[in-house]
Amino acid sequence: MLSEDLKNKYTVVIGLEVHAQLLTESKMFASDAVAYGETPNKNISVITLAHPGTLPRINKRAVEFAIRMGIACRSQISRYNIFDRKNYFYPDLPKGYQLTQDRTPICKGGAVTVKTSEGARAIVLNRVHLEEDAGKSLHLAGEADTLVDFNRAGTPLIEIVTEPVIRNADEASSFLTEVRKLVRYLDICDGNMEEGSLRCDVNISLMPAGSTVFGKKVEVKNLNSFSNVRRAIEFETERQATMLERGEAVASETRTFDANTGTTAAMRTKEELNDYRYFPEPDLSPLIVSEEWLQRIEAQMPSLPEELYQRFTAEYGLSDYDAQVLTDSKGIALYFQEICSKTQNYKAAANWMNGPIKGSMNERSIEIEDFPLAPEQIAALIALVDSEKVSFSVASQRIYPLLLQNPKLTPLAIAERENLVQESNQDALLPIIQEVITENPAKVAEYRKGRKGIIGMFMGEVMKKSRGKADPKVANKLLQQALEQ
Amino acid sequence: MKNFSSLSEIKASLKTGTLSCATLVEHYLKNIEEHKHLNAFLEVYTEEARLQAQRVDEKLRLGTAGRLAGLVVGLKDVLCLQDKGLQASSKILDGFISQFTGTAVQRLLDEDAIIIGRQNCDEFAMGSSNENSAFGPVRNAADPDRVPGGSSGGSAVAVQADLCQVSLGTDTGGSVRQPAAFTGLVGFKPSYGRISRWGLLAYASSFDVIGIFAKSIEDCALVLEVMAGPDEYDSTATQLEVPAYTQKLDRGNAKYKVAYIKNTLESEGLSAAVKQRTVEKLRWLEEQGHTVEAVDFPLLDYMLPTYYILTTAEASSNLSRFDGVRYGYRSPNADSLESMYKLTRSEGFGAEVKRRIMLGTFVLSASYYDAYYTKAQKVRRLIKEATQALLGTYDFLVMPTTPTTAFKLGEHTEDPLEMYLADIFTVHANLCGIPAISLPNGTDSSGLPVGIQIVADLYQEDKLLAFSQYLQGAAT
Repeated sequence: MLSEDLKNKYTVVIGLEVHAQLLTESKMFASDAVAYGETPNKNISVITLAHPGTLPRINKRAVEFAIRMGIACRSQISRYNIFDRKNYFYPDLPKGYQLTQDRTPICKGGAVTVKTSEGARAIVLNRVHLEEDAGKSLHLAGEADTLVDFNRAGTPLIEIVTEPVIRNADEASSFLTEVRKLVRYLDICDGNMEEGSLRCDVNISLMPAGSTVFGKKVEVKNLNSFSNVRRAIEFETERQATMLERGEAVASETRTFDANTGTTAAMRTKEELNDYRYFPEPDLSPLIVSEEWLQRIEAQMPSLPEELYQRFTAEYGLSDYDAQVLTDSKGIALYFQEICSKTQNYKAAANWMNGPIKGSMNERSIEIEDFPLAPEQIAALIALVDSEKVSFSVASQRIYPLLLQNPKLTPLAIAERENLVQESNQDALLPIIQEVITENPAKVAEYRKGRKGIIGMFMGEVMKKSRGKADPKVANKLLQQALEQ
Repeated sequence: MKNFSSLSEIKASLKTGTLSCATLVEHYLKNIEEHKHLNAFLEVYTEEARLQAQRVDEKLRLGTAGRLAGLVVGLKDVLCLQDKGLQASSKILDGFISQFTGTAVQRLLDEDAIIIGRQNCDEFAMGSSNENSAFGPVRNAADPDRVPGGSSGGSAVAVQADLCQVSLGTDTGGSVRQPAAFTGLVGFKPSYGRISRWGLLAYASSFDVIGIFAKSIEDCALVLEVMAGPDEYDSTATQLEVPAYTQKLDRGNAKYKVAYIKNTLESEGLSAAVKQRTVEKLRWLEEQGHTVEAVDFPLLDYMLPTYYILTTAEASSNLSRFDGVRYGYRSPNADSLESMYKLTRSEGFGAEVKRRIMLGTFVLSASYYDAYYTKAQKVRRLIKEATQALLGTYDFLVMPTTPTTAFKLGEHTEDPLEMYLADIFTVHANLCGIPAISLPNGTDSSGLPVGIQIVADLYQEDKLLAFSQYLQGAAT
């Protein structure tokens, strides 16, 4: 690990390039389906395979998704868009060029706010642009030839490019977390790094602390998890600092990350010395984003985590912590909102979400989308507790598990069936209390001598005799009265 | 059988019953067989054409036939027809079968045209003599020792020798008009975007347009009318409505303002015969009461360089897909990915195609991009603006289609630059995306056809065709 001294000696400058596969039904420039895990070369067409005579057609939905991201990041949306060809040869690139946006990214500027140990920080974006994904080369065991699967070729991507403003692995990780949260809230990407629908390249350089001149930039590719991003940054920081300390020059190069060793290695110079010969794609007419179109997209924007956070704290009066936890995932936040539309007891709703519901989700390893109970059921549980018919512990420990098994029943029906509706009727409670006092004359005497603490013992007996149905508040009051007599 | 000058003549015979599509197709098949030495066709769709002829005859009998019933069409080997070979006269597409039919061709089929085969051309439509074909050169029917022009040479000769009634070629820098001039035909290049490029194998995407070889203006107008119009598969195709060109061929008594560019008639390589024919035509127009004026066009010298920089840039990228990975030729001599690319492309492409790929790669490379590609884009815009200004004042520009009549095979193959000069008058319309036509304009002293080119403003095909009809009428 890097010593503190060395850490303070250099400023780390990091920029991220995040590729997010868009959740469109069809490809960026063709109508073939987009699907992960299909039989190889199933979702292909003459366009995807770059047969002679074919032309690209822009997927408007993908453009809308990119604009959503831009609106969420408060970027400037380009009204006049051209696509550019990035030329290079690789077997998984059917046309011999990738269609991307070099000069007119659909979204310019903007920022993503991340929470760091020092508070909220806006990570400024350079751009968000649209492009198409490549296919996949498959090197199968026992197969001499390399095979290519073109299912992924042409899948729409947005590339989110930050300015070089990220300062360490923590910030990079927070940024990725926020981006993943955002794309999921926006319904534009499933955010799954393992399946490659969210991918990240890191640009990293070091300069002496206080300097304003950036050092030589190293690009690290092939990072398919949050922890790999973090490890790559830590490894590179150390590698570059060590080199600088030795007085060696850091080469501006592209390196790949090896997840097994946690190290990076330079790619062959040939691979990185590509001259991509960008030029405007002449097979597409310019894409114009009209005011009307933009307004329609704005009107259809889903709620963003920041908006929900504001609502949960300001409107529902939740703590920062509760609001933060509840907005981590879109599904949870929306489910919570649903409960809150059926109850006024928002704090109780938050407790149910963060307690029993999350517990069940963890236990069953399911997402909220697969949680069997409707938000109405949870609101009904809250109402049952609020009406003092059952205690929270009975609701959460007795009724809730049964409800999970019988999601069609109402909490009240279960409470009644199981005879759990608590007794707050004095006439029903008084005989029980009398019984307890009669059975424990010694303890009563102790109490009356001043050992008030043993009232808990009497409560326990009352609860036992009422089989948990006694309303604790009412029972406690009556018990006190009886003992003081 | 007679050589029909237009589809309406064929239709008249079909109507009287003296002709059927079946006999017409047999006539062309026989002619194709007898003219094999011209090397115009790469593949003849004998059985399909016969079947389609039967179907159309049946439709004619039932009165349900489309507008192109009786029209037998040949396709340049860059136009996609489903389940048929497509090679752009290149070895690199050996064995390639198109899996779809292009929009323009489909529209012809929908109106009951009969497709008789695919036609030889310069490899990837690069050339001005049809000598750059992997399948050997095409010969001019007027003199088999001479070239038919290019790149759509096979398509031109097919109509010239009556091997079909109409051919579809493509025109990126003159590839329809120049061979039309060399073979004495009408060669028409519509505005860029007037006809969908879906199913047109791309050479230079921002220049390419499907063009028509015909014996008459009315056939041109009809075929254009059928093929033109918006297409969801081509975003660069114009959304403009298609005028009824066939209904607008009568110019009435319009008096036109015609300009000719002074330097074109003074250019060094212009042959005396071509110059004389052009001057005569201009004089005739004047005599008919039209305004004919000489104008300066200082950018003339920049047209060819601009054209070659931009088309080769686009071509270098468009032809990247021919890599041996998914289809077509793959070198059997390769032992690694890199050698597979290099050998496949070295062995698969011909010399001229390789020359243009290298030129295009060069002008797009990081160190030269601004000096060449960016500058050429700027010059293209200047040429467009200057031309627009001219066509704001004048109805048409008139100029020779080519500096000379058809030259001999092998005459220019040593010096590519000399060959490029064959396009000097035609690239103008492609740089501007405007419509242009080459019309037969007499012959030289050896009896070789001379062409004259008329250029009109963007999307003014109707006006251009009416004027051409008028000029053609005067010629006969």
